[in-house]
Amino acid sequence: MKITINGRTIEAKEGQTILQAALANGMYIPHLCYHDKVGAAGKCRACVVEVEGMRGLQTSCSVQLRDGMVITTDSETVRNAQKLVIDLMLSSGTHDCLACEQNGNCELQDAAYFLGIERPSVQYGEINREFDTSSEFIYVERNKCISCGRCVAACNNTVVNQVLDFGHRGHHTEIVFDTDIPMGDSTCVQCGECSQMCPVGAIVDKNAIGKGRIWEFKKVETVCPYCGVGCKLELHIDERTNKIVKVKGVEDSPTNNGMLCVKGRYGFDFVAHPERLTTPLIKENGQFREASWEEAIELVASKFKALKDEFGPDSFMGLASAKVTNEENYTFQKLMRTAIRTNNVDHCARL
Amino acid sequence: MDKVKVVVGLGSCGIAAGAGKVYQRLLEINEAEGGLFELGKTSCIGMCYKEPLVEVTDGTGTYLYGEINDKRAEEIIEKHVKNNQVVTELVEYSDKIGGKEQDFVDNQVKIVLRNCGKMDPESIDEYEKRDGYKSIKKILENNISEDDVIKTVLDSGIRGRGGGGFPTGMKWKFARGYKSDEKYVICNADEGDPGAFMDRSVLEGDPHSVIEGMIIAAYAINATGGVIYCRAEYPLAVKRLNLALEQARKRNYLGKNILGKEGFNFDLYVKEGAGAFVCGEETALIASVEGKRGMPNKRPPFPAEAGLWGKPTNINNVETYANIAWIILHGAADYAKYGTEKSKGTKVFALAGKIRNSGLVEVPMGITINDIIFKLGGGIKEGKKFKAVQMGGPSGGCIPAELGDTIVDYDSVNATGAIMGSGGMVVMDETTCMVDVARFFLNFTQKESCGKCTFCRIGTKRMLEILERITEGKGEEGDIEKLQELAAQIKDSSLCGLGQTAPNPVLTTIKYFRHEYEAHIKDRKCPAKSCKQLITYMINEKCIGCTVCARVCPTKAISGERKQPHLIDQDRCIKCGACYDACKFSSIDKL
Repeated sequence: MKITINGRTIEAKEGQTILQAALANGMYIPHLCYHDKVGAAGKCRACVVEVEGMRGLQTSCSVQLRDGMVITTDSETVRNAQKLVIDLMLSSGTHDCLACEQNGNCELQDAAYFLGIERPSVQYGEINREFDTSSEFIYVERNKCISCGRCVAACNNTVVNQVLDFGHRGHHTEIVFDTDIPMGDSTCVQCGECSQMCPVGAIVDKNAIGKGRIWEFKKVETVCPYCGVGCKLELHIDERTNKIVKVKGVEDSPTNNGMLCVKGRYGFDFVAHPERLTTPLIKENGQFREASWEEAIELVASKFKALKDEFGPDSFMGLASAKVTNEENYTFQKLMRTAIRTNNVDHCARL
Repeated sequence: MDKVKVVVGLGSCGIAAGAGKVYQRLLEINEAEGGLFELGKTSCIGMCYKEPLVEVTDGTGTYLYGEINDKRAEEIIEKHVKNNQVVTELVEYSDKIGGKEQDFVDNQVKIVLRNCGKMDPESIDEYEKRDGYKSIKKILENNISEDDVIKTVLDSGIRGRGGGGFPTGMKWKFARGYKSDEKYVICNADEGDPGAFMDRSVLEGDPHSVIEGMIIAAYAINATGGVIYCRAEYPLAVKRLNLALEQARKRNYLGKNILGKEGFNFDLYVKEGAGAFVCGEETALIASVEGKRGMPNKRPPFPAEAGLWGKPTNINNVETYANIAWIILHGAADYAKYGTEKSKGTKVFALAGKIRNSGLVEVPMGITINDIIFKLGGGIKEGKKFKAVQMGGPSGGCIPAELGDTIVDYDSVNATGAIMGSGGMVVMDETTCMVDVARFFLNFTQKESCGKCTFCRIGTKRMLEILERITEGKGEEGDIEKLQELAAQIKDSSLCGLGQTAPNPVLTTIKYFRHEYEAHIKDRKCPAKSCKQLITYMINEKCIGCTVCARVCPTKAISGERKQPHLIDQDRCIKCGACYDACKFSSIDKL
């Protein structure tokens, strides 16, 4: 169907919202509570636009397109409303970009920049919410929170861990963990979906703090090495030290849709760990020595063969891991059945 | 001859005024006298300002006695019950001899409150005797179709009494239009406006009428279940509702195959709120019933399409449901006789604030504000001047005395900038500062904002900060414009009704009392002499040096020799007003 945004006629898809169509056509409308994954909330009101034939301003994230719709996103009325939203948000938190971890990767900053807001025009209120540093991997600074609710929606509806929610009322509304206890004491499993969803610097990955700015890192897409799900990762690598600083889930990836578990997101220190095994070791006379893969595999094979000759194939038992892929499990049973010639093969997922 | 009936008003208002004790005393007397009279209970009669109330019915008529204590109760029994001598000086109203409060009674039309104060709310028998459950029987016995029921409600012209004023019949029609295996009806009994207590009185005084209204709605839209969402701060209402539900179930007004109608299954339960004002907003209410945080959701979809548990749901307010049985029984035309062209029927108002007769009144739509305040409300307390009335609670606005001739219906009240709301009327006199009133209501809405959308969460806070500044004498040039600008945006762009209406008290007070704002900002004066930080207390030449003021002053700011004029040290004065109240010689001026 055809719609018109700011006088430009564009082709839009059935079922799209105004915001989706605009973004798909390279037209930016400030938005903070909307995210493809958690959907429209109609909360932040930054995405308001004018629609011909509809009364008042409409949140573009929640209005479904109709053929022939005429939309204005840059009138004075719209801009004033958008500016006020951002203005109000800036006035109610310590949005100090200089020291903020998310500088350059902040949607509030983007919106303020787009609307030409340098500093809030209304005075600061009282801002003294507590920092929550109790969690192992996640740092929460509520003074930067804009209550967009993306983390809450993600925690409850996307990863369904149901730890985060809003607590208190009025100006004191803030995100809380379980019954308003520190994140580290809550039932949070530290999957980090909240930090991935946070548009500002309110929920950030602890181990990346102070390690550099987003634009300084090389981004590498890869697959998580931990298990068979095969989650797609985006590694942020500091090329100067050749170290991984941060891991993000890749949005729209068919396997994980941006979600990760605590290991996939935060368990990457093994990669550069000095104690990491990088070559096979063979123990001789109580001492390990480095060996090549050929030699190591040769040794294991020969031992297997000797044991099989002496005790028979059924003296072996193979136990596969649920965390490896189906293909790997298939090869494993093949090895047990055709090379060792035993049916003693099982899998740890048996309950 | 039948025994004389003595009935005590035991609503929350009566109990608070000591009616429980009076009842106890009457019980003792009756026991001692061997059951001389028939002692009964009822709920709020409406005359809250005369509580505790005791009504005596003898062969000649009924006599309502007000402001009763143990001693007066004894006197009434002794003189009236035993010796047939009416204690005329204590009679507030009587159908036989009139009384001091004749006007209060005569100017009312009672449809919603038809049973309140007339029967024991804990007795289903009494409700049935007063035409109770006759409407649902009429529908089922005469096989009146769902559509015809809805048509009657539509024709009656009744509009939602919770404040929105949406035609009730339309709402039902929408809910009926959606097909679903399950549908719900909800009664919104989360009455939260400061100064409003209409719903509480109905729930305490006539719970069955609300339940019957809901059963009829359930029949009309084919609902399978229902919820009464009642605020937990109304324990007596919750108790009486639960009792009434139990009674209704026993007589098969609720349950399976209601009154023998095959397939008409409906039951409901009371869900207690957790103290959030915003849960009066229908989508937040639904979230709360579902066990979620009470936060509104964007509409559409409206509850009629996807409400409780995602099923079509009809939500009405207590007062709306309480009208329904009457409308069905008497017909749409009888109801539409009352009211104005676009607002039919009656409306219950809770009179509070600086009014002489604070209490409940039910009046036909179309009556003027002045009539309510002066004819029914008895005018302003202590003979002060009527300044304004706040209608519609924190979402409403202040209507100034000059507009006292405004008739009360949805459209006329809206035109003033206030809203009809649920029926709270907070009356203000010349000593009320309108800037402070705006601050009070905005403080309320800001504290009760769920925090979901930016405008309501932060915008109202910024407005409140400005108002606080003004009332503290730190207002700045341009503050009024800033308030108006913020208000306009908040009204336009907030997510739910709470935010969209939160600026109304500010906007209406600016509209009608702009000079008060200006006096605060420019002259640093509060014309109503109410904002503490803008008042100065001075001792004038009438001071005889009695030293009373110096003794009551908590900060020792007043000095002076005995029999010599005293002096207030302005730096130490905290403007508590203790000296002003204590002075017997009018020698302290409030400037």
